[in-house]
Order: sequence, then C-alpha cells, then structure tokens
Amino acid sequence: MNALACMIGSFWDSSIGKKILVALTGIALLLFLSGHLAGNLLLFMGKDAINEYALWLHELAHGAAIWVARIGVLTALIVHVHLTIQLSIRNKAIRPNYSHPGTVQASRSSRMMIWSGLTILAFVLYHISHFTLRIGNDYNGGTYQTSLPGHEDKVLNVYQMMIDGFSHPANALFYIIAMTLLCSHLSHGFASVFQTLGLRSAKNGALIKQIGRAYALLIWIGFLSIPGAILFFGYGRP
Amino acid sequence: MNLTLKVWRQETRDSKGRIEVFPAKDIPSEASFLEMLDIVNERIIAEGGAPIHFDHDCREGICGMCSLTINGIPHGPESATTACQLHMRHFRDGDTIWIEPFRARAFPVLRDLVVDRTAFDRIIEAGGFISVRTGAAPDANTTPVPKEEADRAFDSATCIGCGACVAACKNSSAMLFVSAKVSHLNNLPQGRPEKNRRALRMVQAMDEEGFGNCSNLYECEAVCPKSIPADNIARLNRDYALAAARNALT
Repeated sequence: MNALACMIGSFWDSSIGKKILVALTGIALLLFLSGHLAGNLLLFMGKDAINEYALWLHELAHGAAIWVARIGVLTALIVHVHLTIQLSIRNKAIRPNYSHPGTVQASRSSRMMIWSGLTILAFVLYHISHFTLRIGNDYNGGTYQTSLPGHEDKVLNVYQMMIDGFSHPANALFYIIAMTLLCSHLSHGFASVFQTLGLRSAKNGALIKQIGRAYALLIWIGFLSIPGAILFFGYGRP
Repeated sequence: MNLTLKVWRQETRDSKGRIEVFPAKDIPSEASFLEMLDIVNERIIAEGGAPIHFDHDCREGICGMCSLTINGIPHGPESATTACQLHMRHFRDGDTIWIEPFRARAFPVLRDLVVDRTAFDRIIEAGGFISVRTGAAPDANTTPVPKEEADRAFDSATCIGCGACVAACKNSSAMLFVSAKVSHLNNLPQGRPEKNRRALRMVQAMDEEGFGNCSNLYECEAVCPKSIPADNIARLNRDYALAAARNALT
C-alpha cells in the first residue's frame, strides 16, 4: 500500500506522471460513458425496462454498488479535471505567444481540449443536479412514483423524468452542445490515452486514431438519440 | 523578388521586444532564407543600422543552429527542412513574411532572433550518454543489434537538437527532443543497462528546465527538420512509467 502511494506520489510530481494519471482516469471515464449510454438507451425499450434498470442499479449489493461506482467515477473525474487544469495553466504560463501564430497538423479538437473539457464539466454539474440530486424540479414528488410489474412498492419513474427533462428545449440544447463537445473531446482523448500510456506505435497509430473517432461518434449519436427522439419526434410525449 | 519582412527585434534578454518592418527588395529566388537575411542585413549596416541578429552555423541543415519561426512555423513552411535549407523560391513575389524567434520560456531570447537553447545541453548532461566506454569500432561488430532496433535508434539519433519541436508546441514541451535522445540510447544494447535511470533523470531535468507537458498534438513531428516521429514520445512515456513504477516499488 505504501509502495502504491509512493508510486502515485512520484507520478503526481512529474510531467509524464501527471499525464499518465490523466490517461488512467480518462479510461475510467470512457468506460463509465459506455455503461451510462447502454443504460440510457433502455429508454427505447419502454417505461418498465428503464425503471427496472434504475431500480436494479440502486439495489445492487444492497445499495452499496452504486455508491462504490459513484465514488470511483467522482474520484476519477476530480483527478482528471484537477490535473488537466493545473497542466493547462502551467503550459500557458511558459509559452510566450507568436505575433503570427501557425499550426501545421494539430486537429481543432486537440487544440480546444481544455475548453471542451470545461464545458463538459459544467454540463456534468448541471446534469447531476438535474437528474441525481433533482434540484429545481419535482422529480422527488409523488407524480414521479410509478408501479413496476413484480414489485409491490412504488418506484422512481426515471422514464418520465427523462421525457419531461428533455421536453424543455433549453435543457435539450445544453445537452446537445455538451455531447457535441464531448464527441470532440473523445476524438482526441481516446487516441491520446494510448500515446500517453506508451501503447501507440507507427504501426497501430492510424488504427487507434480511427477507433477513437468511431468511439466518439458512437457516443455522440447514442446520447443525442435521446433528446432527439423526445424533442423532435415526440417520443414518449402525449 | 520583393518582400516585406516583419521581424522580431529585441535588444537584450530583458528588454521588451517588438515587430519591425523591413523591405527586402531584389532578392534572388535561389537565395536561401538565411542568405536573404544576409542581403537585408548588408543594406541595414550600409545605412548605419543594427543588423538583425540570428543564429546560424553549417547552413547545410545538419548542425541545428538556425532557429527562425517563419510565418508562425519553426523553420518555415517546407517539411523536413531547416531554415538554412529553405529557399526563397518557396515564397511568392510581394509576400509579407513574419520572422520570430523560437518562443518558449525555457528558450529566453538573447537578441532579436537568437535564443538560448542551453537547456537542451543540461538535459543531455542529466542522462543522454553511456557512462562506460563501450569499445572501439571493431567491438561494435561483436555486439549484435537487430536491424529494426538499429534503424529505430538511428532514426532517433538524427535529432540535431535545434529546438523546433519546443517552438512549435503550444505547451513548449521538449518531449520530442528528450524522447529522441532517450530512444536513441535505450534502443541499443550498449545503452540498455542505464535505461531506467536515463528516462527518469532526463525527464526530471526537462521538468526542471521549465518545459511544458505534451498534449499529443504532434505539431513537433510536423515541424521537425529531421522528421523524428512522435512514436518516440510514446516510447519515452512507457520507459518512464516502467522506470518510475520500478523505482517506487523497489
């Protein structure tokens, strides 16, 4: 344990070490995203499917699993955000600007990582207050309790929360902007993980880049399908 | 050719710099970029002005002394070309050309376009060598080196240490330089015994010199006059991670 703490400490203090921690926490967040998306897509399987899934998440291991996952994802997010902000501030401070700046091959996504990241962070804070803490809405009220086949007690109507949440154009717009920037963030971030962990080479470089872009696009399409279906095609709305 | 030059002028390390405009008239298109500056300087001197200071040495693209950022791109628009090997035929008559020093806090401007790149020397001093004598030329033949490894080491060894990678990086990161130097030695059997120590010490020296952090934009490999690929950076990241983990665990 001491050796592990020692290793994290030495990584925390060095430039490459910090990047490795950013990459490792990035992997955790990438995995979380796929899981979260898979769960969300149950919306299209109907009301009972997603409500059943939400109940299962909350009751798994007597409610312990969700807290382990929450603490894990939150820790990864805090480390990822803390280190990238710290690195960005330092990098900006040590680079005087050119009067006539030029770029040869760096992609737009790669150049705006900190800005896409900060927008996603703002969205995540809003998203948690909206659906997890349920601030500023009546999702905790009786109207969002529903029955579920096979269960005696009433359960939280996550299905209705999503339909109502995305029926607000402003909500959906912020969501669409955040998911588009997330797609941009992932298209650089995914491949960056491999470079930072030393797994990229001349042979696999192009393939990793393509897989990263495909993953980013899948996440974008997947998450956007929800507000898209609700807002533009009236899915689940009366 | 007639050109307009917008050149960074700065009298001393601590003085405030500015862009000055110089006309460059009747420049032969076969002149190299540095020869063009020579012509302009002759005229400035004839008029009693202070010439534009810039670094140069071999003018053959192999020493790594020239260090101009031309139109925002270190060594100018041609790929795999040093500023001294860049010729004026790549510009058009009437062009305005911005000429600035390599910009990085770790490369302070000494005068005009001349920057202090001794930070690179100190990184080399930290581990860019093999500590013991590895023998004379005949001994090299007694140490088998697989062709692929020899090629990789040689490709990395072609780094001339000009610092264009740092100048192109929006974070002023020296990762391409350091990774090339580490890869050069870590890929060879003679350099392998000091592999871990080399990676740790050179990265530490790089951090202490005030270079930034790589964010994988690969502008460095795009401007590198020796086409050193950013794969070296991945290899350095791996060497460093393994060395740091080993160091912490033993």
